[in-house]
This record gives sequence, structure tokens and C-alpha cells, in this order.
Amino acid sequence: MSAFTRRRLLLGSSAFGLGGVLGGCELIEQGPRRPGLYGLSDTLTLATQRFLLRDQPLVREFGPEAISAVFPTINTTDPDDPAYRRSKASGFADWRLPVRGLVERPAAFSLAELKAMPARTQVTLHACEQGWSAIGGWTGVPLSHVLASVGLKPEARFIVIRTVDGWWDSYDLFDALHPQTILAYGMNGGDLPVAHGAPVRLRVERQLGYKSLKYLASIEATDRVDGLGQGRGSMVSELGFSWYAGI
Amino acid sequence: MTARARTVRHPLWVRLTHWVNAGAFLALLVSGFAILLALPRLFWGETGSNSAPAWLVLPLPVNLEQTGWGRNLHFLAAWIFVINGALYGLAALASGHLLRRLTPDRDQLHPRHIAADLRAHLRLTGSGAAGASRYNVLQKLAYLAVLLVLAPVMLLSGLTMSPGVTAAYPELFTLFGGRQSARTVHFLSAALLVAFLLVHVWQVLANGPRALMRGMITGRPVAPREETR
Repeated sequence: MSAFTRRRLLLGSSAFGLGGVLGGCELIEQGPRRPGLYGLSDTLTLATQRFLLRDQPLVREFGPEAISAVFPTINTTDPDDPAYRRSKASGFADWRLPVRGLVERPAAFSLAELKAMPARTQVTLHACEQGWSAIGGWTGVPLSHVLASVGLKPEARFIVIRTVDGWWDSYDLFDALHPQTILAYGMNGGDLPVAHGAPVRLRVERQLGYKSLKYLASIEATDRVDGLGQGRGSMVSELGFSWYAGI
Repeated sequence: MTARARTVRHPLWVRLTHWVNAGAFLALLVSGFAILLALPRLFWGETGSNSAPAWLVLPLPVNLEQTGWGRNLHFLAAWIFVINGALYGLAALASGHLLRRLTPDRDQLHPRHIAADLRAHLRLTGSGAAGASRYNVLQKLAYLAVLLVLAPVMLLSGLTMSPGVTAAYPELFTLFGGRQSARTVHFLSAALLVAFLLVHVWQVLANGPRALMRGMITGRPVAPREETR
């Protein structure tokens, strides 16, 4: 994909109409693969939503008064990993987030370094595929800023994120560079609690909760994801869920 | 031959879209039920979870393991439902089917006529047999309610649960009063559609199912040899 079309994908030009639909199909070819009728249905959904989101709108943001009293926690709520436990005991002082792959200057950021970057706070509705929803306030640094600071190479197309508890997922730049896609270290005005993914979790607001990974361990820029694992683009896809979770 | 010409006959596009829709609806129903089992509780507003007070707790077992296949089948069937429904809607408008066959005639809207039709239904006597020259008024009103109210509400309330679609159209949240309200409306409309389906099947069974089924499959409510007799 040329830099020109990629820029169009990122900025969402007004001439995006047909390109958005074609981009969806092209994305599937170079990205996650899913055979059969469900793959077709996923592609239709992705192409349609990319068209609807071509101007990169933000999701609704609420005032702090809307924050839910109880925000459910599911899956891992305290990783059973020796290195994580040690790090947690020291207030994550030794924690580092490597950012590598197709970047000009690979780096490993400490929590303090991430907190020193420009911060964004957003109070948003979190929707889980299980049906529940809750409103939370998240503070963190936009992923786009972190990627810009290490210099994303022109051939980078996807961001692969791995977590302490062994989960992994991938995002194409359309979602990775969205202003509300942040690496959150704060929740509801305080530090991010362990049950919600401390020290840093991802927020991908235009998709279901399972795309907002907790306990981030590494970030990697790649040009394709069809060679990762089973080629489905994420761990949940290998369990039968859609890679794209805008629905 | 005049009697035959006046008999309601289903054009091919009605028969095709009817059966495609029947398949999609059953798939949506089964998969929607599977998804519901992950949180068989309903709420009003934006938020709701197992630890939040519910408006309605359905007497169903909680099962978190059915949403994978449930969601896959639900969204595939939803695409079929939407595309098929759009084709049906276009054809129904363009051909005049909506006005000519589904809109109640002036005489059918007379209160005495509606009351008589209601009595006929309550007595469980056949009022929509295959030989009828037009749909009865309750039948027409039920079809219109499904087409113009319940189906659009199902689609819009479903889309309100999509974080991608609502990022583009946050007005959907305003329309339903929040994501959980949309989920509750989605469930209630689904329940009304199931009620329609039960009445629909009952009416077929009560009014000569062989002829009615033949009519919806071949377009001819009576067998050719009976017709020529």
C-alpha cells in the first residue's frame, strides 16, 4: 500500500467512499484471515463500518458524574506471573514497555516516561461482548504519540500488542492511530487498579471491550499479521470471535 | 376462471424473500438467545451488569460460553436479514404490493368489519384460507406492524449496541435512551416477533396448511389439476 493511500486511510479523505470498501477487502488479504461465511460476514461489517467511520469520529465522552459505581472485571484480575508480582510489589518502578518491530528507534518506556508524555483523559462507555456495559474514566497517552516518538516505518501496517497474561491482539493503523486509542495508566482519577490491567492497559473505544487489552507487555509494529499464530490476527479470533469487534 | 384470478397468489419474489427471511429469523432467534444467556438481565439507560440492579431478571441459566458461535451466527444472519429485507422493501414499494395487498381497503377499516374479523379469529375459524381474494384486515395490520415497526426497531436497536456504528451515529443512543435501553428494546421487539410467528404459524395450521404452504412455495394455492377441474 502506498504512503498516499495509507495517508488517506488514516486521515479519511472525502474521496474515501469506494476506497473504504476496497480497503476493507485489502485489509483482510494482508491481515487476519478467516475462511467461510463468517469471514465474509466479518468483511462486510468491517467494510461498512470503515465507510461509516471514514471521517474518524470520536466516541461520546461523558462528564465525571456519569462514571459507574461498579465497573466489572473479567478474565485475569491479578496476573499469576512471578516477574509481574515482583514489579507490582515495587509499584511498577522496574516495569518497561518495549516498542519494537518496524520502528526507526526501538525503545522501552518506563511508567514515569509514559506519564511524562501528553496525556488524554476520556470518560467513555465500555461495552462487553457478554452484554454488560459500564462507564469509566481513563487517563493515558495516545498510542499515536508513542508510535510517533519511536518513528513508525512507512511499511508498518499493524500494531501487535501482547500482555503479561499471554493474550495478544492486533490493530491496523486506522484504529491504532485514532485519538481515543490510548495507553491508559489512570482510571477514574487514580492509578489504574490491578484488576483493570495495571500498570498500563489499552483503550480502543470504537470496538468491544475484548480489544482493550489489560496488563500490556509489549508493542510491535508489523507489515502483516497473517503469519502470527493461526493467522486470525488475535488470540480471541482463535477462540472463534471476530478480529474486528466494532459490532 | 374468475374465481382463480381473484385468489391471492404470491409472486416469486415474495416467496423467495419469505423463505430466506424465515431462515434468517430462526438463526437470529437461536443465536440471539445464546448471546442473551451471558447476561439474562435487562436494564434501562447506558449501563448494566451482573452487579447492577436490573429492571428485569429473566428466569434463564447464566452461560458465558455460547457467545462465540452465537455472535458469529447472529451477525451473518443479520446481514442476510438486512439485505433480503431491503430487496423485499424495494420490490414491495416498486410493485405496489405494499399499497395494493398489505394496506387495508377502505371497507376493511370500518369498525364493524374489524369487530367481525376479530370475532372470526377468536372463534378460531378460518379467515385467511388459501381461496381468499385478499388478506383479512387483522392479517394486514399484523404484517404492516412487523414490516414498518418491529423490523426497523430490531435493526436500529441492534445497531445501537455496535460501538463502531454509534461512533458514527451517536444519535442512536438518544433515540433509545442508552445502550442498555436499546438492548432491552431489542429483546422486547424480539419477543413480539416471536408472538407474531406463533400466531402466523397457528393461522396457517387453522386455515388449510397444505394449500397455504403450497401457495407460499409454488405460488399456486391449489394444485393445477384441481384448478382445471
